[in-house]
Amino acid sequence: MTTISTATPATPGPPEPGAHTAQAPVDPFDRDVLPAPPDAARRLLGSLLRPHRLRVSVAVLLLLGQQAAVQGGPLLVAFAIDHVVPALREGRYPPLFWLAVGYAVCAGASGGLQYAFTRAAARVNQSVLVELRGRIYRHAQALSVDFHDRYTSGRLISRSTTDVESLRELLDEGLQELLGVVVSVAYIAALLLYLDLGLGGAALASFVPLGLLVRDFQRRSMRVYRKRSTAIASVIVKFAETLNGIRPVQSFRQERANDERFRALNADHWKVNGDSILEMARYVVASRLTANVAVAAIVLWGAYRVADGTLALGALAAAALYVRRLYDPIDRLGMFLNSYQSAAASLEKIAGLLAQVPGVPEPRRPRELPPVRDGRPGRAVRFEGVSFGYRTGGEVLPRFDLAIPAGQTVAVVGATGAGKSTLAKLLARFYDASHGRVLLDGVDLRELSTPELRRGVVMVTQEAFLFSGTVAENIAIGRPDATRAEVEEAARAIGAHDFITALPDGYDTDVRKRGGRISAGQRQLVAFARALLADPAVLILDEATSSLDVPGEQAVQRAMHTVLGDRTAVVIAHRLSTVEIADRVLVMADGRLVEDGPPGELLAGTGRFAQLHRAWQDSLT
Amino acid sequence: MSLLDETAPAPAREAPRSAVRSLLRLWPYLRPVRARWGTAAVVGTVASVVGLAIPLVLKWIIDGPVAAGDTTGVWWGGVLLLAVGVAEAALFGLRRWLVARPLAGVEAAMRADLYGHLQRLPVAFHDRWASGQLLSRGTTDLQLLRMFLVFPLTFLLVNGVTIVVGCIVLLAQEWTLGLVLLAPVLPLVVLCSMFEARYSVAARRAQDQVGDLATVVEEAVLGIRIIKGFGRHRSQARAFRALNERLKGTELHKARLLATIWGLILTLPELALGAALVLGTMRVADGDMSAGTLVAFLSTALALRWPVESLGFLLAMSNEAATAADRYFEVVDTPLPKDPAEPGTSAGATSAGATSAGAAPAGDGSGLRLSGVTFRFPDADPGAPPVLDGVDLHVRSGETVALVGTTGSGKTTLTALVPRLHELTGGRITLDGVDIQRVPRHRLRGMVAVAFEEPTLFSASVAENVRMGAPDADDEELWRALEVAQAAGFVRALPQGERTQVGEQGLSLSGGQRQRLALARAVIGRPPFLVLDDPLSALDVHTEAKVEAALREVLASTTALVVAHRPSTVLLADRAALLSGGRITAVGTHQELLRDSAEYRHLMSGDREGER
Repeated sequence: MTTISTATPATPGPPEPGAHTAQAPVDPFDRDVLPAPPDAARRLLGSLLRPHRLRVSVAVLLLLGQQAAVQGGPLLVAFAIDHVVPALREGRYPPLFWLAVGYAVCAGASGGLQYAFTRAAARVNQSVLVELRGRIYRHAQALSVDFHDRYTSGRLISRSTTDVESLRELLDEGLQELLGVVVSVAYIAALLLYLDLGLGGAALASFVPLGLLVRDFQRRSMRVYRKRSTAIASVIVKFAETLNGIRPVQSFRQERANDERFRALNADHWKVNGDSILEMARYVVASRLTANVAVAAIVLWGAYRVADGTLALGALAAAALYVRRLYDPIDRLGMFLNSYQSAAASLEKIAGLLAQVPGVPEPRRPRELPPVRDGRPGRAVRFEGVSFGYRTGGEVLPRFDLAIPAGQTVAVVGATGAGKSTLAKLLARFYDASHGRVLLDGVDLRELSTPELRRGVVMVTQEAFLFSGTVAENIAIGRPDATRAEVEEAARAIGAHDFITALPDGYDTDVRKRGGRISAGQRQLVAFARALLADPAVLILDEATSSLDVPGEQAVQRAMHTVLGDRTAVVIAHRLSTVEIADRVLVMADGRLVEDGPPGELLAGTGRFAQLHRAWQDSLT
Repeated sequence: MSLLDETAPAPAREAPRSAVRSLLRLWPYLRPVRARWGTAAVVGTVASVVGLAIPLVLKWIIDGPVAAGDTTGVWWGGVLLLAVGVAEAALFGLRRWLVARPLAGVEAAMRADLYGHLQRLPVAFHDRWASGQLLSRGTTDLQLLRMFLVFPLTFLLVNGVTIVVGCIVLLAQEWTLGLVLLAPVLPLVVLCSMFEARYSVAARRAQDQVGDLATVVEEAVLGIRIIKGFGRHRSQARAFRALNERLKGTELHKARLLATIWGLILTLPELALGAALVLGTMRVADGDMSAGTLVAFLSTALALRWPVESLGFLLAMSNEAATAADRYFEVVDTPLPKDPAEPGTSAGATSAGATSAGAAPAGDGSGLRLSGVTFRFPDADPGAPPVLDGVDLHVRSGETVALVGTTGSGKTTLTALVPRLHELTGGRITLDGVDIQRVPRHRLRGMVAVAFEEPTLFSASVAENVRMGAPDADDEELWRALEVAQAAGFVRALPQGERTQVGEQGLSLSGGQRQRLALARAVIGRPPFLVLDDPLSALDVHTEAKVEAALREVLASTTALVVAHRPSTVLLADRAALLSGGRITAVGTHQELLRDSAEYRHLMSGDREGER
C-alpha cells in the first residue's frame, strides 16, 4: 500500500471558503447519474457492434442453421412413422437408411454449428468488450483532473469491470437466447398454422398478452437494474476508500464503524439484487401461467372441433405437442430480457461517462512551438487577461496579466488557498482559463497537441504517485524512450541514485513487491527524476519538496540550478528556502498577485513577503 | 510499464484443486438459508417433473376422451391440464420467491465478511496486494458466486433429477431403447471432467486478469496528475490495451473449450436419440411396438433435451464459480493477527495493566520505551539488512521527542510499530511499562493516536472524520481540536460548516487543509501517547507557526514521538533523536545535537553548515 496511499484526491480544489458556497441543486455525481442523451445505451451498443456486422451476420447464420438442425429431429420422427415404417413393412430399406443418415447429420450439425457459433460469437463479443473497456479508459484519461476528483476511482473501476461484465453476459448468452427464441417460435408457429389455421391462429393470439407481459417486465426491471448499478458502485467506492486508507482505518479503530457503514451500503445492494430476482420471478409466473392457460384452452377447443369433426385427431395430437413447445422459449426470453436490461442499465452509465466532454480538449489544428532561440531551452510564458472560476461557482482567480521571460525561475508564495496551485494548473493546462489565454512563446496552450505541450510544460505535484512497475520504469515516464544510463543520470542529479541502488533489485525493484517500499520523501525524489528526464522548457513544481528533508531539498535545488538552469521554472513552496534560487518572487493573496519583484527588493521592503520571510527565518532557529 | 505479471502473490496450490471442494466451502454461508434453499430445490424439481407430466396428460386426453368422444371426459381433461399448468407456474414462482432474498443475502454476507476481514488484515498484507485484485474479489467474483447460487446450484440438481427421472420413465417405457439412449452417458462424463479441469484453469486466469485490469484503471485515476502532467496518455493506454488483449486471449481460449464441450453435449445424446429412432422404427415395422409408444418415448426423450443441453453452461458457470470461490477464500483464509487475551487472565505481573477500555494502562508511568527494536518487512529477503536494527529510545512520560533521519531511514516505519500497524521482528516496545504485545490492538490503538504524513480523509463529514479519533467527543472537544490544528477557521467557512462532506465523494480540500484535519483527528481524544509523522509538511509558514504554538500545549500533557524534517518541527520537542543505519545514534536537545552531531547538523541545515 505504500504507493497507493496517496489516494485521496488532491486539491484542484477551491480550497478557501467562499468558493463553494454556491451550491448546485442536484449533483449528478452524488447519485452517480451522469446525464446521457436518451437512447444512448442502444446507440452505444450499436456503435460497438457495427464494425463487426459481417461477423455478427455469420454468427446469426450459424445459429439459424443450428436451430434448423435442432428442429429437424421432430420432423424426422414424423418421417419415420409416416414413411419409414410403411416402407419397412414393404421390405424397402433405403428410407430407413436415409432416416439414419438424416438424424446423424442433424446431430452432427447441431453440435458442429453450435461449436462454430460459440467461437464466432466469442470473437465478436471479446472484440466488443475490448473496445468498450478501451473507450472507457481512453475517455477517462481525456477527462479533467477535476472530473476525476468528483467521479472517484471506485466508480470508474465499477464502470470498467462490473458494468462491462453485464454487457458480456448479454453478448455471451443473450444473442443465442434471443435468436433461439425467435427461430423456434417462428418455426413452431409456422408448423401449427400448417397443421390447422384455427389452432395456429389461436396460439399466435396468445402472444398478445405475452407481449404485454414482456413490455411490463422490461419497464419494471430497467428501474431495478439502474438502481442496482448505482448500488454496486457505492459499495465499490467504499471498498476502495477503505483499502486505500487502511492505515488510518486501523489506527483510529474504524473497523467496527466501517462495518456498520458498509453494512448499510451492502444492504441497499442486497435489496435491489433481491428485487431484480423477484422481478424475474413475477415475469416467469405470469408468463408460464398465460402459456399453460393457452395450452389448456387450445386443447379444449381442438377437442371440441374433433368432436364436431372439423379437425382430424392426428392433427390435434401433433398440435397439442407443438403448442406446448411453442411456449418453452418464454423463460429463455425472460433470461434474455433480464440480461438485456441489466446490460442496458450498465451501458447507460457507461454512456453517461462517455458523454462527458473533456474540459481541456485537444486542438483541431494543432500548432507547433517555434524553435528555441540561441539554443537556450527555456520558453517565455504569458498570461493575458486570464481569469478562472470553477464551474461549480465562485471566481478563484480574478482577471490578471503576467509575463515570465524565458529562463526565469519564479517562486510563487502565499497562504494556503491564495490560488498558487490554480495558477500552476492553468500553466500546465490541467484547466483552461475561463477568460483570456495562456501563451507559451506566443502560442496559445490550447493550440498545442498533448505531446507538444508536454515537451513544453511539465508539472511535478506534491502527491508523488508511483505506478506498478519498476523504479526505472517510473522514472522513464518522464521520457519513455530514455536509455537506462539517462534514467540513472537523472536519478543521480537529484540525489536519488543512492537509495535506489540500495533497494533489493536497484532500478529494477518492483515498487509493489518484496522490499519495494519507498518512503514519501523518496517518492518525491523519483517524481523529480521523472521531471528532469522529461527535460521540459517550463518546469512547474507545486509543493514538490514538502516531504524532503533539508539535504534532499538542497539536492533538488542544485539540480534545478545545474540541469535545469536555462529552463523557465515556476516553483510553489511553503518553505521559503526555494526563494534563494529564484530570480523573481510573486506573492499571491485571495487569488490576486499582490507583490512581484526580485527577492532582494521585496525583502528590503515591508510587504507580505518580507513578513513571511521573517516568520520563516524564525522557524529555522 | 510492464504491468502486473502476477500481481497477486501466487497462492500456494498444494492440494490438487477440485471444483466441488471449492464450492463446498460456500456451505457456511448457505447454512443459514439451507431450509429455504432446500425447499426451493425440491419445489424446482417437482415443478420440472410436473412439466414432464404435461405431455403425458395431453397424450391421455387425446388417446382417451377425445378419441372416445367423451365430452365430460374432455372437460375433466381440460381442467386437469389447467390445474397442472397452474401448479407448474406457481411452483416456478415459489422457487424463485423462496430464494431471491436469501441468495442475494449470501452474496451480501460474503462481501461483508470479505470487507471486515480486509479491514483487519495487517498493513503488510495490503502492501503486498494490489487493491484492484481485492476489489475484483469483492465484486465480479461475488457476482459469479451469486449467479451460481441462483442458477447452476439449483439447476444442476433439478436438471439432474429431471434427467434421472426421465431416464427411468424411458427405461420403464421401453428398456432396450432406453439403454441405447443412455449409452453416451459414460463418454460424456469422462469428457466433461477433462473439460472441467482445463476450463477452471482458464477461468482462474481470466479472473486474475480482470483484477489486474481493475488495478490499472485505479492507478490511472490515482496517478492522473502524473499522466496528464507528462502527457503519457498514450503509453498508459498502450499498457492497458496489452492487458485488455491478454484478457481477450484468455476469454477466447475459454470460449474454445466451451464450444468443444457444448458441441459434444449436443451431438452425442442426439446421436443416441437417432439410433433409438432407427431401432424403434424397425421394431414398429416388425410390429413389436406400437407407433404411439414410439412417439411417447421420443417425446419424453425430446423433453429431456434442454436439461441435458443446459449441462454445458451449468458446468462452465460452476467452474467459474469454483475459481471465484478459490480467489475469495484465498483472502478470507489469510489469518488475522492474533491478539493477546484480555489482561487479567495473564499472570499477576500485568494485573495492573490496561484497566478500562481506552484508558492508559495504570503502568509505571515510564512513558514510551523502545528497547532493541528490530524490524524487517515480513516479505523482505531474509538476507537483506533489517530496516531497524536495535533501536533503543526512551520517551519519558509527558515528554516530546523528535525523530530525525535522512529520507528513507525508517522513521515512518518506526512510527508504524507503536500502534502495531506493523509487528516488531525483535525487541520490545513498552507504554508506561506495559509491553504493547500484551495489549489487545484495539485498546493499544485507543491509547496511541497517529497523524500520518499523507493525510487521508474518508467520505464523511468533517466532524465525522475528526471524531474518528474519539467517537464520544462532544462539540466543544471537536472545536478545541480544530482550533489546535488551526482548522476551525476554514471549517466554519465551508458550505455546511463541520457537517460538510469531504473525502473521495465530497468536497476536495487542499493538502494543507487535509493535513490539519488529520492532526485534529489525532489530538481530539487527548490520547496519552501521540505519534505524529511530519505533521506540518504541507502547511505554509504562517499557519505552521500558529499550529506549532497550539500544538505545544497539547504536547505538554502527552507523551509524543514526532517525525521531523525541519528545525521548526524539532523545536516542538523537548529532545531529538537521530535515526541512522537502523539505530538511534544520538539523543539530545536540538542545540546539543547541532553542536555534537555532524549528521544531525547536515540534516537540519543542509550542506553549507555541514561543510563548515
